[in-house]
Amino acid sequence: MGAERPDRRVFLKRGAALAGGLTLGAVEPVMRQAGASGQSLEPQSVEPQDYSSPELIAYGQRSRHVTSVRIPVNGRPSPDEFGLVFHIGTPLQDQVGAITPSALHYFGTTRGSFVPDIDPKEHRLLIHGMVDRELIFTMDELKRFPSVTRLHFIECAGNRSNPRLTTVQESHGMTSCAEWTGVLLRTLLDEAGVQEGGTWIVAEGVEEVKGTSSLPIAKAMDDIIVAYGMNGEPLRPQQGFPLRIVVPGFEGILSVKWLRRIKVVDRFYMTYNDYGHLRRDADDAALSYQIGPKSVITSPSGGQQLPGTGFYEVRGLAWSGGGAVTRVEVSTDGGRSWMDADIRGTPQRMAHSAFSFNWTWDGREAVLMSRCTDDLGQVQPSRDQVREFWGIPAGQPFSVKGQDNSIQPWRVEGDGSVHNAIA
Amino acid sequence: MRSLRLVAVLMFLGAGSALAQSPTYGLGRAPTAEEVRAWDISISPTGEELPPGSGTASGGALIYRRNCARCHGADGTEGRAPRLVKRDAGPDVHPWNLGRILPIRSPYATAVWDYINRGMPLNREGTLTADEVYALTALLLYWNDVIAEDEVLDAQSLPMVEMPNRDAWAPLPDWKPGTPRLPGYPY
Repeated sequence: MGAERPDRRVFLKRGAALAGGLTLGAVEPVMRQAGASGQSLEPQSVEPQDYSSPELIAYGQRSRHVTSVRIPVNGRPSPDEFGLVFHIGTPLQDQVGAITPSALHYFGTTRGSFVPDIDPKEHRLLIHGMVDRELIFTMDELKRFPSVTRLHFIECAGNRSNPRLTTVQESHGMTSCAEWTGVLLRTLLDEAGVQEGGTWIVAEGVEEVKGTSSLPIAKAMDDIIVAYGMNGEPLRPQQGFPLRIVVPGFEGILSVKWLRRIKVVDRFYMTYNDYGHLRRDADDAALSYQIGPKSVITSPSGGQQLPGTGFYEVRGLAWSGGGAVTRVEVSTDGGRSWMDADIRGTPQRMAHSAFSFNWTWDGREAVLMSRCTDDLGQVQPSRDQVREFWGIPAGQPFSVKGQDNSIQPWRVEGDGSVHNAIA
Repeated sequence: MRSLRLVAVLMFLGAGSALAQSPTYGLGRAPTAEEVRAWDISISPTGEELPPGSGTASGGALIYRRNCARCHGADGTEGRAPRLVKRDAGPDVHPWNLGRILPIRSPYATAVWDYINRGMPLNREGTLTADEVYALTALLLYWNDVIAEDEVLDAQSLPMVEMPNRDAWAPLPDWKPGTPRLPGYPY
C-alpha cells in the first residue's frame, strides 16, 4: 500500500533531542511568555544563520530568532514510549492572522498512532459500498477533478479550557485554520452514484490503526473536501499526506487523514473513533458534534507579561462550526461592558477570523474577554450562562456540556502579568 | 422556431442530468473484487461483514500471552499500553462508570473485534487470524464479566452479545446543513 512506518529509533532520538532543547520562556520581543513550560525552542546557534545558502534558497526556513513550537497537550506525551503521537497543540499566542502555518497546525490522531510515510504514486482512494459504480482513483486522477480551495478550521472536541491551564496554547491550542484544496466529496460520490438508502459513509485512513469515522450522507453531500493541498502545497505528513478529508465545522477526529477508503453504507457503523466519542446524554452528543460559536483572545493571553501601561492591540481568533462569524465583541472589565472588535477581512464559513481591538492599559487590574456571534445567530456563552441554561446551582463545579465554546477570561494584574481567570 | 428548438435541446439536457446515472468525468477505474475485499475491513453492529471463524476465552489466553501481554500486562490491567479491563467502580456498576475501556463501554462486541483486527498488535497489525481475533475478543469480554469463559464467539454469536452499554448511549443528532447544533440552545 506504500505506507511505511518511520524508524522508531530515529523517532525516539529526535524526540529526546527536541525535549532537551526546550526552554522556559519564549523569545518574544514585546510580550514575554512568563512561567509557562516548554513553549519554545532555543535559538539554534549563536552564529548568524546564512539564509542565502543554496539549501535555504531552494527551500526557506524561519528566522532562528522565531522559536515558537507546538506542545503535547492534555497531559499525554507525544511521541509516547511506543512512538505514538496523539494531541499536539498549536502556539496560538504567537500566531498573527487567521491562517495557521502548516508546520505549526495542531494535530491529533486516533488515540495515538504513528505518522505514516506514504508514497503518493502508490496511494489509492477506493469508493465503494452502496454506489452504482465502485471506483478507485490514483492521486493524479483525483487532481484532475474540478477542485475547491477553502479556508476551514479544524478543532478537536477535546479543546477545553480549565482553571489549571496557564496559556492559550494549553487551553485552546487544538484548533487551527488552513486553506485546503481538493475535490468536494460530493463530486466523487456523484461520480460513483449513491444508491437509495445510502445514509452514512465510513471514511478510513491507512495508518497502522486505520482510523475510521462514520459521517452522515447529508454532510458528505454538503461540504466535505477530499483534500490534497494545504496552504498552497501538498498536505504535510502529519496532516494526512497525501490525502485526507476536511469536515468543515465538525469535531476534528472526523476529518480522517491518510484517507484510502470511503464506503457508502446504510447505518452508523460504530467504529472505534465513533465509540470513543459516544456520550451518555443526547444534548451532550449534539453539542459535541458541530462546533459552536467560539473565540479567544490570543494576545495578551495567559502566561504573557505586559511591559508597561499604554497602548495595546488586543488580538484574537473567532470561529464557528455553524457558519461564518458575523460579530466579535471584546470586554476589558470582565464582561460588564462589551464593545465591537474589528474583524479582519471577510469572515469565511467554518474558518478562523482574526479580530483586533484597540486598548490602552491604565495599569489597573483588567479582565479581557471576547465573544462571537455566527450567521445562525448562535452567541458564544460565558460559563455562567451555560450553567444557568442547564440549571446548575452556582458554586457547584461543572464542565460545559458538549464541546466547550465558553468565553475565556484573561486577568491582567497590576504588574502586567496575564493569568487564566476561569473561576 | 429557433426558440422551440432551443427548448427541445434544454429539455433533452434536463432529462440527461435528471437521470444522473452516468459518470460526468470518467476518471478512475473499477476496483477488482480482490482489491475491495482486502480493504473492506469495517465491521458494523449487525456483524454481517464478519468472516468465518470462532474462538473462546480459554483459547484466547495463550494467544493473549504471546501477542498482547508484553504491553497490556498479564491480566490486562497493569501494562504500559491502555488498560483492557473495567475499573472497580464499587456498587455503581453502570458501564459509563467503569472507564473508557473498549470491551466494557462499547455498545457492540463487533467494535472490539474490529479494533483488534485492524489495529493490533502494534507493529504487527493484520497478522492475527480470524480465529485468533474471535478468541481474543472472547477473552476480553470474559475478563470484563460480559460472557462466560467457554462461550463460543463466531460471526453469528458475536453480534448477539449483550454488552452492558447496549442502550445507555445517546445517538448522534440528525444533522442538517445550516442548522444550529441543538434546537433551542442559544449558544
